[in-house]
Formats: sequence, C-alpha cells, structure tokens
Amino acid sequence: MQTLTIEDELTIFTAADQKPRLLAFLNSADDLEINLAKVDEMDTAGLQLLILMKREAAQTGKKLRFVMHSKVVLDILELANLTSVFGDQVILAHNEE
Amino acid sequence: MSFDEEMREALQTFIIESLELLQDMEECLLSLEDGDDPTERVNAIFRAAHTIKGSSGLFGLDHIVSFTHVVESVLDALRDGKLGISPELVAALLPCCDHIALLIRNVVDGQLDADPAISAAGRELIDELQQFLQPGSVAEKAVTVSEKQDILEASGGGTMDSGNWHLSLRFGPDSLRDGMDPLSFIRYLSTLGSIAQLTTIAENMPIADQMDPETCYLGFEINFKSGAGKEEIEGVFEFVRETSTIRILPMDSEIDEFISLIKELPEDESFLGQLLVKSGALTKRELEDALNLQGEGDTEDGGQAAKSKQPIGEILVEQQVVQQPIVSAALDKQKQIKDNKARENQSIRVDAERLDILIDLIGELVISSAGVNLRALETRETGLLETTGEMMRLVEEVRDSALQLRMVPIGTTFSRFQRVVRDVSKELGKDIELIISGGDTEVDKSVVEKIGDPLMHLVRNSMDHGIETADLRRQRSKPARGSLRLNAYHASGSIVIEVSDDGGGLNRDRILEKAVERGLVQHNAVMSDQDVYALIFEPGFSTAQQVSNLSGRGVGMDVVKRNVTALRGRIEVESQIGMGTTMRIHLPLTLAIIDGFMVGVGKSTFVIPLDQILECVALPEDTGDREYVDLRGEVLPLIRLRPLFEIDCEPPRRENIVVVEYAGNKAGFIVDQLLGEFQTVIKPLSKLFAHIKGVAGSTILGSGKVALILDVPSLLEYVGSKNALVPPSLSQHSAQ
Repeated sequence: MQTLTIEDELTIFTAADQKPRLLAFLNSADDLEINLAKVDEMDTAGLQLLILMKREAAQTGKKLRFVMHSKVVLDILELANLTSVFGDQVILAHNEE
Repeated sequence: MSFDEEMREALQTFIIESLELLQDMEECLLSLEDGDDPTERVNAIFRAAHTIKGSSGLFGLDHIVSFTHVVESVLDALRDGKLGISPELVAALLPCCDHIALLIRNVVDGQLDADPAISAAGRELIDELQQFLQPGSVAEKAVTVSEKQDILEASGGGTMDSGNWHLSLRFGPDSLRDGMDPLSFIRYLSTLGSIAQLTTIAENMPIADQMDPETCYLGFEINFKSGAGKEEIEGVFEFVRETSTIRILPMDSEIDEFISLIKELPEDESFLGQLLVKSGALTKRELEDALNLQGEGDTEDGGQAAKSKQPIGEILVEQQVVQQPIVSAALDKQKQIKDNKARENQSIRVDAERLDILIDLIGELVISSAGVNLRALETRETGLLETTGEMMRLVEEVRDSALQLRMVPIGTTFSRFQRVVRDVSKELGKDIELIISGGDTEVDKSVVEKIGDPLMHLVRNSMDHGIETADLRRQRSKPARGSLRLNAYHASGSIVIEVSDDGGGLNRDRILEKAVERGLVQHNAVMSDQDVYALIFEPGFSTAQQVSNLSGRGVGMDVVKRNVTALRGRIEVESQIGMGTTMRIHLPLTLAIIDGFMVGVGKSTFVIPLDQILECVALPEDTGDREYVDLRGEVLPLIRLRPLFEIDCEPPRRENIVVVEYAGNKAGFIVDQLLGEFQTVIKPLSKLFAHIKGVAGSTILGSGKVALILDVPSLLEYVGSKNALVPPSLSQHSAQ
C-alpha cells in the first residue's frame, strides 16, 4: 500500500503543481492512501482535485482512501456534503487537531 | 431640478391624489348601504386606503401609515366578509376618512410629524374601529409586499427538514482564476439561513488528462432555508453572477405562497416582470437579463421582430428563473389589472395652467381665422372660400373640444353633499333625504371650485331653517322625511343650480316686517315677492333676531350672494309658504370664448353673446321714443344702444331689435345693422374700465377693429332698476 502525504496547501495556487503529482501517485499502485493531515489550506480547486482522484480511482478499479483529514479539509468536505460520498474514515481527524 | 424640489413636487402629487382618493372613499362609504352589491365599492375603498397608506410610507409619514393601517385592517375584514356592512361601521369609518384628510392637510401646512392633539383624536377613532375587529383575527394580516418576508418565514415555520429556496449554482470556469472561490460563497450563503441539503455536482469535470486544475467545474444544488428574499440571496452571488449560472427558485411547496402574494399585490404595476419582482419570485436582475434576451431575440430575427417577440413569461420559465405556476398567476393578475385600469383610469392629470395657455392660444387662433375668413370673403375666390370655410369649421371644433377640457360634471360637487346632509340631519335630529338630479350638467372647473361654499351655505340653511322637524311635518300632513333637492341644468348660456326643500317656505310678511324694522325698506313700500325674498341676502339681515323659528333664512346669506355675484352669477328665490323654497343660482358657463352676434350702431360694432339672443326683428316704424314695443302681445322693454353708448350720428331709416333673454327676463336692443354670427374671445377690460357697466369685455375683429361685448345681464338689470327705481322715489315723495 502506497501512502502519499500532501505537505502543501490544496488551493488554486498549488493545484497546477499538485495535479500531475497526484495523478502519478494514482498510477503507482492499486491500493492507495493519501494523508491529508498537513493540508492547512484548501479551496474549491483543491476539492476538485480530491474529487478527480476519487473518480479516477473508481474508474480504474483502484482503492483510494483519504486519511488523517485536517480540520480544514474536513470543513470543506462537510460544506460540500461529500464526506459520506467519499466514504473515508474521518475520526482520526479530530485527534489530529 | 434639485432633489428637494422633486420631493416637494412628489409630495404635492401625493396630497392631491390622496385627497381625491379620500373623496372617492367617502362616496363609496356613503353608498355602501344602498343595497346593491357592495363588493366593488368595498374593494375601491380598500384600494384607496391601501394606496394612501403605501404612499404615506414612501414619504415617511409614519403617523398616517399607522392610522391608515388600522382602517385598512377593518376594510380588509370587510372585504373578506369577516365583517358585515352596518350603519355603525359606516359611521365609524366616515370620521376616519376625515381624520386622514386632516392629517394630510396638516402635511400641506408643512407639519410632517404627528400632532399630539390630533393623534389623541386618532387614537379614539382607532379604539372605536378596534371594536369591529375581533381580537387577533385580522389585525396583523400582512397585505403589503414589504411584509412578505414574514409570510415566507411563517409558512416554513416548524419544518426544519426542507428549505424554502432551491438554489442551483453552476460556477463559471474562470471563477477560481478570478479569485472567486465557490465554497466561500456557499459559506457566506449559510449566514443568511441554513443549508438543509447540498449536493456537489462534479459531472462537468472532464477525464483526468483534460482536466485543468485551475478551471472550476463544480456546481451545487442547494436546498436552502431562509427568511431572506430572493433579491437578498441573489446578492450573495453578486461577484460571480456575470460568469456563472445562478438559479434561485422557490421550493414547490412555496409556489402557492407566491401565487397568493401575487394576487394580493396592489394594482399599480401592469408589467408581468414587475409583478413577479414585487412578489419576490423574481429579482430585478433576472428580469433585466430576460429582457435583454428578449431584445437579442428581436435583433436576430430582424424584420420579423415584432411578430416573433417571445413573451417574457416564456423566457423566464425557459431560463428557469421562475416556475410556470407563478408566471401564470402573475399573468392572471396582469389581466385583472388591465381590466381594472380600463375601467378606472381613463383620465390624465393636466396642469390647469397649461390648459389655460392652450385655451388662450385657441382664442387667438379663433380671432385670426376670423380675419382670414373676412379677407377670403373679399377676394370672392371660390377655391379659397371653400378652404377657409373648412378651416373655420375645424377651428370651431378645436375651440369646442378645448373648452370641453375644462368642463367637469357638477355631479361630484353635488355628491359631496350626501355627507353633509347625512351629518347635519343627524345633528339636527331631522330625517332628510338628498335628491340629486342633473349631476352630469357640465360646468367650467373654476366655477365648480368656487360654487362649493355658497352651495354648502344654502344646503345647511335649507336643512336648518327650511325643513321642519318630523313632528311638525306630520302635523302639516307632509311626509315625515324631508327632502332636499339639488338640481342643475343649462339654460340660455348659463348654468342653473337649484337648491330646493319641501319645508315651511319663506314668510313674506315676517321678512318685510323685519326689513322695515331695520330700515331697509319703507313700511308702506309695494314690493314684489321676488324683491322681498331678495332681502334675505342683505348684509345685516342675518344678524337680526332669529326669523328662523318661522324658517326665515338668515345666517351668512349675504356671503352667498357676494360669492355668486363674484362669479358673474345671480341668485333668486322662489318660495311658497308651507310648500318649500327654491334657491336658484344662475351662473355663466365659462365665457372665455363665445359665439357672438355682431351688430353695428353707427360706426361702432358690438358683440352680443349668441346664446342670449332669442330673435331679431325689425323695429316698427311707429315706435317713436317709446321704451317698449308690443312683441306678439308681450311687452318688450327696449334699450337703445345709440344713446346708451353716446354714439353721435343719425339713425338709419330702418333699425332692428335684437331680443335677448337672461334668467327669464327679456329686453330688446335697438341697433342699426345686424352683421351676423361671429366667434370671439372675450378679452377682459383692464382695471381702468372695470367699473363700466354693460360691457363684459372686448374683442378684436378680423379687420383689426375693437368691438365691445355687451353684458346682457347687467344691461337688463339697468332696465329693471330704471323701472324699479321709479316707485320708491315716488313713495318717498308721498311720505314726506
């Protein structure tokens, strides 16, 4: 199982750099985990990337989990009502804070 | 024009309109008990109150708003059938009309805030009204659009699971690059209410390779619960509006609310879009966009634009900014407004001054066309004569319709007395019925305005002193209910207004006795009934000890006479003891322009108003110096214009008599030549000549010469006084 920790913000400013990196990671294995603990800033562009990743993973039949959501990420997912859609465990996030 | 001036003008309009509305309200109120189906009238009263309340609000006249609101609530209950029409209710509402009028008049005097004394009076009225309102049932029903939010909130109350707005957001692709983060808008949105349900729509995102991470692909479907109006919600998306698709729709469950709101809108907007905006179902911006779209459609279609113009309602539904049922409701409302407008508002308000200018100009036109006509006659060219003839006919028509503009039926003035009669008869404890006839007789507006006061006096007087109490009436075997008649008709170029009652009539002997006592007439004077009755108009007669217990008229009658005289009118009294009295006021119609008849005396030309002329006959050669002729067995007094105007020249061999009539009196003017009909404008004489009797004004003839217009009434009076003066001087002689 591969794990990627995003250490940067997930915003419009970084989206262009993040996208190829994330896609490359998606292609690296079949069971993947992305650690979002260090995402301290996120906006719609970031959200789009996460949605894209999930969709790509589903289409290619890979497993992709987001873990260790930071509070910022959780807030966004809540707002977009996507937490349940993504179906990831989010309990850890609270400990994280 | 500065803002202040604009406001002042707007306020002026508000005041005029409000007073008119109050007048309508009063009339409708008075007719409520008539027995016909009152629905229309109740609606009219309600609309009037509602409009006044609304406009007062615009000017920040809160005290008027709060008072009118209560009145409106009562009317609303009446409209909904929660209250029945009763004399008590009408009696309670009438003073409220007065009170609103008082408040508005105070605004005229510059008093924009509540006056404590008046407010106290207002509170009493409100207390009285409150009795009609069952507690809580109707008082707080929101009828105005400004309160609509309450309705929306209330309707959604209690159900937390569903929102009342459905928002469908598709953010523009460049939103992110422009620094507009869609999520932050949604966050901001949640400050206005609560998001009941949100779905993120990512279907537009292309496959990974083609996906540009800096382009926004997201959309949101939001179920939103908020008391905010559509406009306010739309405001949230102000900055992304240009590039994004923002749809804000009421939830299906709310559609009924909007439909009922639309139905309750005041009927002053007739554009579909405006109706929807007012109800809150549509925002101004959405309307603008749709209108633009409609405009674009036009230009694309080019020549067929007019035909293919898509209805705005269709566009709105297509663009998904409102739902079909709401548009349908608005369409119905629009149709209703149009129908009502067609019935109610076929008049426009024009400044009286502009009308005067128009009439002046037409007067000049009449004069100069008369000149053209004269010149044309000299040329004897058939073609020219034909065209000038046609022109004269048109000018005549223009003149008539211009004068018609100033004419108003006297009925409105009359119907005002319904209220007076109702109030005064209550006050006096008499049962008096007002019968109005000839209400559609038309009079110049300026005359109508000035006749109100004298009429009021006469009406009050008749009720007070003329009509007896019910008991006395029964004793005299008359119906217990007294009747007072107001009548108007046209007669020989003047309008006649009659105020008659079926009361006790004037007591000739009492009046004469009183007059002798006061030294107004000699005790043995021989006077006609007319002359005796005329005494009641003498100043000072009124202050005499009450003749009134025998129905002698008194108070302020001299003022009535003065007012009528100021209008170039006359007043006469007809009375039969025990049967009643009729006061008859003769007033000139506007005589700004008249049809005249031109006559020549020597080298001078005079104009006699045509409508006062009965006939023209040749002067019998054997008349000599007599002051009368025998006209088919009738004695016709003669007035010789030659000596009267001191025209020095030999009379021609044959002279003519022009027989004139005014207010029932006839006389004959002796003139040299009859020159024919002539349309003319009265130019008032300057002040210098104002004291000259017998001349009503002057006019300029087509030839440029000046002609005097004869004032028939004053000339007749002159004849009358010449004859009447003789007996008193003789009687004086014998008394010495």
